Amino acid sequence: MAHRIGQFLFTALVLFGLWLLFTGTLDPQETAVGALLAAGIALFTHRRFTRGGLQNLAPGRLLCLLAYLPFFTWQMIKANLDVAYRALHPRMPLNPGIVRVKTRMTSDIGKMAVANSITLTPGTLTLEVDDDTLYIHWIDVRSTDPEEARRLIPGVFEPCLKRIFP
Amino acid sequence: MNLLLQGVAGTLILIGSLFLFLGALGVYRFPDVYNRLQAGTKSTTLGALSLILGVGLAEPAWLPKALVLMLFILLTNPVSSHAIGRASYKSGYPLWEGSIVDHCQEHDACKGGGEA
Repeated sequence: MAHRIGQFLFTALVLFGLWLLFTGTLDPQETAVGALLAAGIALFTHRRFTRGGLQNLAPGRLLCLLAYLPFFTWQMIKANLDVAYRALHPRMPLNPGIVRVKTRMTSDIGKMAVANSITLTPGTLTLEVDDDTLYIHWIDVRSTDPEEARRLIPGVFEPCLKRIFP
Repeated sequence: MNLLLQGVAGTLILIGSLFLFLGALGVYRFPDVYNRLQAGTKSTTLGALSLILGVGLAEPAWLPKALVLMLFILLTNPVSSHAIGRASYKSGYPLWEGSIVDHCQEHDACKGGGEA
């Protein structure tokens, strides 16, 4: 029961936060309606919305998320410069292929975070996920060995993501 | 201060447009659907994020909404690209002949025709 309440509170908090951002005002009437709606929707959706509930807001995880964002942004900028370089280069230096790598993430949401991060960062696009195996289209294949590829692609993100999505 | 903010906003919008253009160029030049998706995904994500952030800074009243938009783009863009790439592979679109490896070939999960 305590767990369900945690799930409900977390869902309502996220929804209410989104409401505040969307309406962009702290007017009491608007805020009250938002709180009511957030609570009402959370009542019906909290079990689908979150598994961990309030644990998602544990300080350690939030700190990790904060630390992850600049790192991720930097990776994304590198990815864009990389694509731009290849698109502008007269001979288009491409060396593509699909490689198989294993991920250490165990939860579904963790796998999704890794797959999304891979897609947005230099030269890699997640094509298929099968249990703990990811098939990745790599624009510049530097290694076809699964262990080496594992270190080069998901290995970059996993230490931090593992702490955010245990 | 205001002028500085406008300058930063303008620069962000310019950078965003530039990345969107380069992404379009990549989509035009790259040889197969998978490489094109790579160009499409990365540049549309960062390009759109930079552009939206620029708009949010230029018009501070819109900033909270801009942040929510950025979050949703960040969460949904890679998922749609993954879905397109996966569907292409399952429908049998071949890799470019210059591709050097395809681990997906010998694996059941990648074969088309199944439900999944």
